[in-house]
Amino acid sequence: MNHDAYDDAYIREILKTVKRIALVGASSNESRPSFIVVKYLLERGYEIIPVNPGLAGQTLLGQMVYGSLRDIPGPLDMVEIFRNSEAAGPITDEALALEPLPKVIWMQLSVRNDEAAARAEARGVKVVMNRCPKIEYGRMSGEIGWQGINSRILSSKKPTLAGKGFQKFTISR
Amino acid sequence: MSAKHPGFSTLAIHAGASPDAATGARATPIYQTSSFVFDDVDHAASLFGLQAFGNIYTRIGNPTNAVLEERVAALEGGTAALAVASGHAAEFLTFHCLLQPGDEFIAARKLYGGSINQFNNAYKNFGWNVVWADSDEPASFEAALTERTKAIFIESIANPGGVIVDIEAIAKIARKANIPLIVDNTMASPYLIKPFEFGADIVIHSATKFLGGHGNSIGGLLVDGGSFNWAGDKRYPMLSAPRPEYNGMVLGETFGNFAFAIAARVLSLRDLGPALSPFNAFLLLTGIETLPLRMQRHCDNALQVAKHLSTHSAIDWVNYPGLPGDRYHNLAKRYSPKGAGAVFTIGLKGGYAAGVKLVSNLKLFSHLANIGDTRSLVIHPASTTHKQLTDAQKSAAGAGPEVVRLSIGIEDAADIIADLDQALAA
Repeated sequence: MNHDAYDDAYIREILKTVKRIALVGASSNESRPSFIVVKYLLERGYEIIPVNPGLAGQTLLGQMVYGSLRDIPGPLDMVEIFRNSEAAGPITDEALALEPLPKVIWMQLSVRNDEAAARAEARGVKVVMNRCPKIEYGRMSGEIGWQGINSRILSSKKPTLAGKGFQKFTISR
Repeated sequence: MSAKHPGFSTLAIHAGASPDAATGARATPIYQTSSFVFDDVDHAASLFGLQAFGNIYTRIGNPTNAVLEERVAALEGGTAALAVASGHAAEFLTFHCLLQPGDEFIAARKLYGGSINQFNNAYKNFGWNVVWADSDEPASFEAALTERTKAIFIESIANPGGVIVDIEAIAKIARKANIPLIVDNTMASPYLIKPFEFGADIVIHSATKFLGGHGNSIGGLLVDGGSFNWAGDKRYPMLSAPRPEYNGMVLGETFGNFAFAIAARVLSLRDLGPALSPFNAFLLLTGIETLPLRMQRHCDNALQVAKHLSTHSAIDWVNYPGLPGDRYHNLAKRYSPKGAGAVFTIGLKGGYAAGVKLVSNLKLFSHLANIGDTRSLVIHPASTTHKQLTDAQKSAAGAGPEVVRLSIGIEDAADIIADLDQALAA
């Protein structure tokens, strides 16, 4: 896997198939990206399980917060790492100790740990690094264009409304 | 879309413009509305808190304008863009994002006269200080740097025409000083020059000119190259400091490589207000679809006209970088190989009086203060666009009394040449 430039198809397939996502480093501060991404993905129908030892036992946007990945009951489709690149190593190992394994490990925009990625891929786990799932979802759905952002995607198929009004698209186009 | 790197002509037609989600309309609809209903209360809160993509109010964003923004961002190879009421507004919002009172920026002396006025006069009220440098001497930018310098501003092809700027040399100076390079790419359009490829950080457009191309709408854009790292840089508090407007959000951290375009929208455009009409955005978009065809024809015609005039007995000189032997010919070959643009100046042997006579006698050329129209245009800068400058500033800007500026249209070249011949003979 070339982690410098992902095919849109690779990212789209991940975003279309994962449903249950643990987000490590979730914040309760509404102006932080680590809060905004939780909120956005919840609104797009994903089940988001926030992980933050400082908030363990509380709820965030109605979701129970866990102190670590191993405390979460039930299988995870994806682990998103919202910590620095160094911390992404041990968190990846924690994710790789889960039974069953998560299908995807995703490191947030600006987070990259190639050694951790290699360990995950050796176990058959897909890896995305240095990307934001909110930005990627917005690119694929077409929503991001509303903010004048270059989605780098051309399509003659109309975007699909999410069914909760006119200001949310889905990635099913 | 299977092609990983669509070509320029494909982007000019398709970038940003999928069929309308609600109706399937294939042409981009004109969303002529001031405001947009929210899906629910929580959605409204998300939009106001910059937590969701979406539309609130046309002063901040509009779906028609957004297509124009994504289109131009794609054509320039940028990460994002912001469409505003005019090229002047794009400049103003760019500097509003970058400068604090007492700050300086360095600008090339050879610029559109309106930009010279904005920098010299209007910005004084904000305590923003322009320092002039010579774009023919990149070292003059380095010499003008101080601790308060926050940006460098140049034009890729400089108005009133015939000047190609060594963007890469000036970009190196900006990079070394760790300040953004802003390039006004109006005269070249991204069809001829893509300043981001040469180290620019922000690109500015008057879309009124070649982008729209039909002389029917005023509009401007700023494009974010995504190359400058604002996060943690205290010199640029609009991007690096927690913003009280947004509950302490740090835009440079939250929005990564398109933070500048977002800051220009949610801080500068939101609070200062020069929004683009969606109708104008629609006309500009329609124009952009044919930009590559028009721009090549503009350049081909301009070269023919310049060649003809360079041998005309009433003409003292022709400043067109497309002509072999022109002082900017080598720079033109390097930066603008498809053509040297369509705007250039000529010097009349008869001086000021001959300039006035020429514009009066032309029948196909329109005498007006614009460039980049399908129609051929002419102006005598000394008596119009550059009139408010001092004589020294006029000469420094390439707008002396004998100078006439031509913007060559996409009519038949033979008809353009015939009109010039009859007017010069009359």
